[in-house]
Amino acid sequence: MSTFWSLWISIFSIITLAFVFVCLYLNMKNYTGVKEGESMGHEFDGIEELNNPLPGWWTKMFWVTAIWSVYYLLAYPGLGNYDGFLNWKSSNQGVTSLAESKAATEQGLADGLHVAYDREVQAADEQFGPIFEQFSSQEIAALAHNEEALEIGQRLFLQNCSQCHGSDARGGTGFPNLTDNDWLYGGTPDKIKETIMLGRNAQMPAQVAALGEQGVKQMAQYILSLSETGREFDASMAAAAKPKFAVCSACHGADGKGSVAHNLPFGAPNLTDDIWLYGGSVRAIEETLTHGRNGVMPAWKDILGEDKVHLISAYVYSLSQDK
Amino acid sequence: MSATSSTTPNYNFDIVKKFAVMAVVWGLIGMSAGVLIAAQLVWPELNFDTPWITYSRIRPVHTNAVIFAFGGCALFATSYYVVQRTCKAALFSNKLANFTFWGWQAVIVLAIITLPLGLTSTKEYAELEWPIDVLIAIVWVAYAIVFFGTIVKRTVSHIYVANWFYGAFIITIAVLHIGNSMAIPVSLTKSYSIYSGAVDAMMQWWYGHNAVGFFLTAGFLGMMYYFVPKQAERPVYSYRLSVVHFWALCALYIWAGPHHLHYTALPDWTQSLGMVMSVVLFVPSWGGMINGIMTLSGAWHKLRTDPILRFMIVSLSFYGMSTFEGPMMAIKSVNALSHYTDWTVGHVHSGALGWVAMISIGSLYHLIPKVFGRERMYSIKLINIHFWLATIGVVLYIVALWISGVMQGMMWRQINADGTLTYSFVEVVARTYPFHFIRWVGGLCVVSGMILMLYNTIKTIRSDKTADEGLSSAKLSQANA
Repeated sequence: MSTFWSLWISIFSIITLAFVFVCLYLNMKNYTGVKEGESMGHEFDGIEELNNPLPGWWTKMFWVTAIWSVYYLLAYPGLGNYDGFLNWKSSNQGVTSLAESKAATEQGLADGLHVAYDREVQAADEQFGPIFEQFSSQEIAALAHNEEALEIGQRLFLQNCSQCHGSDARGGTGFPNLTDNDWLYGGTPDKIKETIMLGRNAQMPAQVAALGEQGVKQMAQYILSLSETGREFDASMAAAAKPKFAVCSACHGADGKGSVAHNLPFGAPNLTDDIWLYGGSVRAIEETLTHGRNGVMPAWKDILGEDKVHLISAYVYSLSQDK
Repeated sequence: MSATSSTTPNYNFDIVKKFAVMAVVWGLIGMSAGVLIAAQLVWPELNFDTPWITYSRIRPVHTNAVIFAFGGCALFATSYYVVQRTCKAALFSNKLANFTFWGWQAVIVLAIITLPLGLTSTKEYAELEWPIDVLIAIVWVAYAIVFFGTIVKRTVSHIYVANWFYGAFIITIAVLHIGNSMAIPVSLTKSYSIYSGAVDAMMQWWYGHNAVGFFLTAGFLGMMYYFVPKQAERPVYSYRLSVVHFWALCALYIWAGPHHLHYTALPDWTQSLGMVMSVVLFVPSWGGMINGIMTLSGAWHKLRTDPILRFMIVSLSFYGMSTFEGPMMAIKSVNALSHYTDWTVGHVHSGALGWVAMISIGSLYHLIPKVFGRERMYSIKLINIHFWLATIGVVLYIVALWISGVMQGMMWRQINADGTLTYSFVEVVARTYPFHFIRWVGGLCVVSGMILMLYNTIKTIRSDKTADEGLSSAKLSQANA
């Protein structure tokens, strides 16, 4: 905030408070020329007003808040750019990246600034960090049988992952089910950890421009024909689309069994099973073909740190293992 | 005596009648919408899988209907009534007053059509799209002309305190509405706010909290300052108290908005300043409550027989309670617990149902027989039943949401030994069911009371006239003089 705006808002703030307290002070005296307790002498549709004094307890309470307001505005940031004598800030406002935030935190701690958020994070890291760290040297596959690690992993999951994948990790439309042992990027402990640490960005390109509307309908029928679960489909339409599936096979494989089956890194789903990330109805498949899909799994490395991700990986891995 | 009645101006009570009846009608409709969405929180299938009556679309219908339709009509009715009688002057312009009636009803009907269709600016309590916003602004300017025009042509020297509050309400709402609703239209039904980011949020809550401060508080304090002394037949307790609390309220309320944005991207100084103003606001707010309740000194016995006065006194008690609760919740460390919980919703309703609705209901029960030329409402007994239904309903409502709100806040911050949260969000939701059920029952009580009120109003209007309208008001003003 520039000095001008800082002064502008400070002056208005102070004038407002001063006005209120001066108003209170003036009305504590009887300036009306009417004796206290008597009528002011006006009458409005039969209503009169008495000139009773302000109640003493009420006036005292008012002055207490007045004194407190002055103290608070001196102690904390509240008047324009003035920082307050306690050196308190809620957070490093104005930072625009994680790197800037980290630098500001280090600077603040070095300068003895009381940045509430930084202090809380620091205290939490000191208190809880060792709890997570003790598991970091153990293999994920081993942790998947460690009750304590799984409990912590589940809590971290509920807190950070359940918003998309659900409290039971069974996902929803657009968000993979993590319990069915069907994987888009692989279900080995290392692959799971990699997915959580670095995130994933899956892109199903829109096909309507290439296939046309009729082509999309035909392709949907062909995809249904790939199903090993015995879905009904229109054989002639499917046959018409078959040659065009070559484009799709780059990611989904010629047999439609998906990236993982073919050791490809694209995260393209298996089209032959009964698991549909964006819905398996004819209409949903046509919708996916027409407009494409964008799946984003955020990267958690910088948000949670590797120790926590390690525990979440163990929990997620355990979900698809026979117990 | 005859001299007095010959100087009584030809008051326009026709406009008061229209607004008063519509206040009762919209009150019933708006509160019923609230009961529907309260039921949806307990039984989600009640949206019948249709987009038009999902919670998200009916909620703004509810808030707009109770605040602007019910509350608005009650304010129009009482302000037109009070300003004429306390200024001893007829309305500045009957035509413009009529325009405010039909214009305001059009706004409400458009709101009830567009909001379920999903047409919304997404600003809380200002959801209506730009063409309706423009209509609101025009109606409001007409309202200001009628109100202040009447003040200008008053035949008494002083301006009564009720009119200070009505006046502050009318001016500030115009500023707030126009300021916050500034948007760039891209089609008839879609616009984008000219503000962005934290500035947009601050504008929104500058508006939002002053919709509470000036619409739901200053306006209804105007109502209180006329109808409480009138119904109690006692003088106002303290003139000087009304001076202090009027000016302090107006000066401070306008700064209080940032307390809705504690612990957000809003700069620290804005949050602190909003908190300071909110906390200082506590004491002047109580000034209004004290002045209302103390006006009853010497008339306390009337509470035993007069359910209308009971409505007013209980409303002042709720006003005192919510204006203590509000500043407390504006303190950052309290807000850290209360924000985003049911506690906030309970707080709003202790103000909206306990204070705003009850003072309006009491005032309307006083006013309706007067403007329709009847001695009193058709049934005092029904008013009494309404009083108990409303009181029990509000108490059930706010107690249930206090408990569930504090419970939510505590559960959200509960952590395990490893620093992770103890409860997932859905576990907290599951625990709130019984309290949401009690809140629904509370709402049902309140709506039942409104049904009685509508019935009582219709029977009053249809009953035999006890006196000629114009004469009766003149007689009453003499009797009270």
